[in-house]
Amino acid sequence: MDELLREFLTETNESLAALDADLVRFEKSPDAALLQNIFRLFHTIKGTCGFLALPRLEALAHAAETVLNRLRDGELVAAPAVAGAVIATIDRIKDMLAAIEAHGAESAGDDGTLIARLAALGAGPADAKPEVEPVAASTDAPSPAPSQHTIRVDVERLDSLMTLVSELVLTRNELLQVLRSEGVDKFAAPLERLSKLTSALQDGVTKTRMQPIGGAWSKLPRLARDLEHELGKTIALELHGADTELDRQVLELIRDPLTHMVRNAADHGIETPDERERCGKPRAGRIVLDAMQKGASIVIEIADDGRGLALDRIKARALALGLATEGELAALSEQQMREFVFRPGFSTAAAVTSVSGRGVGLDVVRANIERLGGAIEIASVAGQGTRFSIVLPLTLAIVPALVVASGGERFALPRLAVQELVSAGAGAGHRIEFINRAAVLRWRGRLLPLVSLKRLLRLGEDAMEGTALVVVTEVAGRSFGILVERIDDFEEIVVKPVAPILRGLTLYGGNAILGDGSVIMILDPAGIAAACGGVGVARQPVAVDMPAAHRRESYLVFRAGPGGPKAVKLDHVARLEEIELSAVEIAEGRPVVQYRGRLMRVSAVAPEDGFAQAGRKPMLVFAEDGDAAGLVVDEIEDIVDAAAAIERNADRPGLLGSAIIAGRATDIVDAGFYLARGNVATRDCAALLGSLESALARGRDAA
Amino acid sequence: MSQARDLVVITVAEQNFGVPVELVRDVLAAPAMARIPLAPAEVAGALNLRGRIVVAVDLRRRLGLPAVELRRMCVVVEHEGELYSLLVDGIGEVLRVDGDLFEDTPSTLDPVWRRVSAGIYRLDGMLLLALDVARTLDIRAGTEAA
Repeated sequence: MDELLREFLTETNESLAALDADLVRFEKSPDAALLQNIFRLFHTIKGTCGFLALPRLEALAHAAETVLNRLRDGELVAAPAVAGAVIATIDRIKDMLAAIEAHGAESAGDDGTLIARLAALGAGPADAKPEVEPVAASTDAPSPAPSQHTIRVDVERLDSLMTLVSELVLTRNELLQVLRSEGVDKFAAPLERLSKLTSALQDGVTKTRMQPIGGAWSKLPRLARDLEHELGKTIALELHGADTELDRQVLELIRDPLTHMVRNAADHGIETPDERERCGKPRAGRIVLDAMQKGASIVIEIADDGRGLALDRIKARALALGLATEGELAALSEQQMREFVFRPGFSTAAAVTSVSGRGVGLDVVRANIERLGGAIEIASVAGQGTRFSIVLPLTLAIVPALVVASGGERFALPRLAVQELVSAGAGAGHRIEFINRAAVLRWRGRLLPLVSLKRLLRLGEDAMEGTALVVVTEVAGRSFGILVERIDDFEEIVVKPVAPILRGLTLYGGNAILGDGSVIMILDPAGIAAACGGVGVARQPVAVDMPAAHRRESYLVFRAGPGGPKAVKLDHVARLEEIELSAVEIAEGRPVVQYRGRLMRVSAVAPEDGFAQAGRKPMLVFAEDGDAAGLVVDEIEDIVDAAAAIERNADRPGLLGSAIIAGRATDIVDAGFYLARGNVATRDCAALLGSLESALARGRDAA
Repeated sequence: MSQARDLVVITVAEQNFGVPVELVRDVLAAPAMARIPLAPAEVAGALNLRGRIVVAVDLRRRLGLPAVELRRMCVVVEHEGELYSLLVDGIGEVLRVDGDLFEDTPSTLDPVWRRVSAGIYRLDGMLLLALDVARTLDIRAGTEAA
């Protein structure tokens, strides 16, 4: 059944059920508030029916609405005849709804008598004589109350549940930390149980807030149709991955940006059918939306096969707006020029149409996405189309963050804004240099402006001597370095808004409670950039312009087992956890841990190490399609963005090969290898489903 | 106006203040706090109160008094749906005060004190300054006025 129809049925049934009690009162003593309720219900039904093509229901609701409207306006006095007709109408509507629910469409039936009765009341004098109650001329099979597999819960209630669970998680973490330091054995077992239950509860509550992204897309097909008419173009809209789930809060906040981008693609991207034909393209332009989950992020792509971005028009517009001089433009790469479309007030639309160019530009889209802790990138090939890639966190409630220290205080930086950690100073590969006291760093062939966190927060002056750590941060496509004294940790935190009396402080994006119970302020990279006058060098050309072998990727660098540093693509890491090695159990002869209510296979890079020793160690959790596998390591070192060319050496299981990362030869770990060894039960299930699907496909092909 | 009210007595620099008991959510010894750089000087930091983050306002600094080497106490109050902690020198009993003993704030008081004072109760043996919690926490306005 159509999603909209189902929603309509649920809502209307609920409203009708709520009205049942009122109706009885209405019959006895009709008052204005009750009348208003009933009127509103009919009005809504009538409006929605037009949209859903339910003419029979619409006609009946319309007739009833007319009567109620006259009642409301005082033109008609509520009399038993009126109440009777209204109640009869409501009963009929209930029957019809049940039939729609059963058959998915309106059944045939004649409401002429009832409508005539309502019309007589609506037109006639107030004291219209009561008619004989007509027998329902409907062929609808009356059915019991609609089955209830879902209940509607107030979003606020879910949100407060989420807050409570987040706090429970933090309290659990605090308890575990106390246990670790005090070592009270008799609490260990119940605490372990509490810990597992808490994780399961957290997972469950997080899931209740997840909604398929299709919800944010439901209006797009209609929008595409309207745009076709308005623009005289033919548009084929394709939506993939509509069942990808994300937090409802994120969902709500990206609805408008997505709509805007589809408008943009239709208006600026897609050519007219004739123009397309001249270019040898099919007359219908394609707009493809694709959503998928990648680790703890959701990636949404909006691609069109239109004309692509015209660089000469971008240049002209940038000059006209005074964003750059001719000389500056000449020095920019094509990709850097494309980035101009994210600047405020930038529109290359030749004319302001009703569709786009109304001042809500891509700059607003980018700002909205970055406010969510996400990022947006653009890739475009002239004549072939444009693709926007949006990366969003799965949920806003819990974000991965880097805990940094400066001036004796700790602060959190959202991981999504962090590009790379660079250690600079004596002995390190990088050196901080000064231009009239402004610190800069040579970084990837660019000059990176540096901001001292200590100075920015007025916690003192940095010595700028010895080694310093630079957190390379990206805001709105521009990079700058934040100088910190120390990187303390990499932790998942529950973001809470700052108290109203601190709202004026733009450097903070919120605050959080860490695992040890202490409060930490979360720095807002955008606020820092703004406080420093919008510093930063523009982003390097993105992957689309580069040969595939040198794509920039984020790597998590760690130490495990013998040999040099190891790394794994950050995309593959769903979570970082710490596990108690004594909690590793053996199932079917393989080491497993209980993780979020399931058994998860754990491995070590050097299997001979085993899990014999006690103590806590960091664990990387890889996840894919519901599978998860843990890899126990010795120490997490760094997160590095690198365009590493991986040299394959096939003879070492679990390794993709090796590469130079941050100047060191590093073994690249193959997450897929550990996942394949992961949860056997789910894998078999997936394989079974896979073979079923291919069998079905063969059957279809044969038919 | 002559209704009796229940006030939690707190002390700062040996002056007694009264906080309406219905606003008080908790009383505790000041725990470790995270500093909030760039926040107004009156903000002492943020603390973890059973999983809630509570901003602490140092009443000494709010009243323009010098800092002391002293284990401070926290009175957690609710203001516009948010919890705030007032950092004070000491916390006393809950007093029921008679409205007949209420006086307007003397105009000779320091402007900052006058701003946070709702009035004075003439009690036997002490003068109790009724704290206006909303204005005490209205830090930006307070600093502008001062």
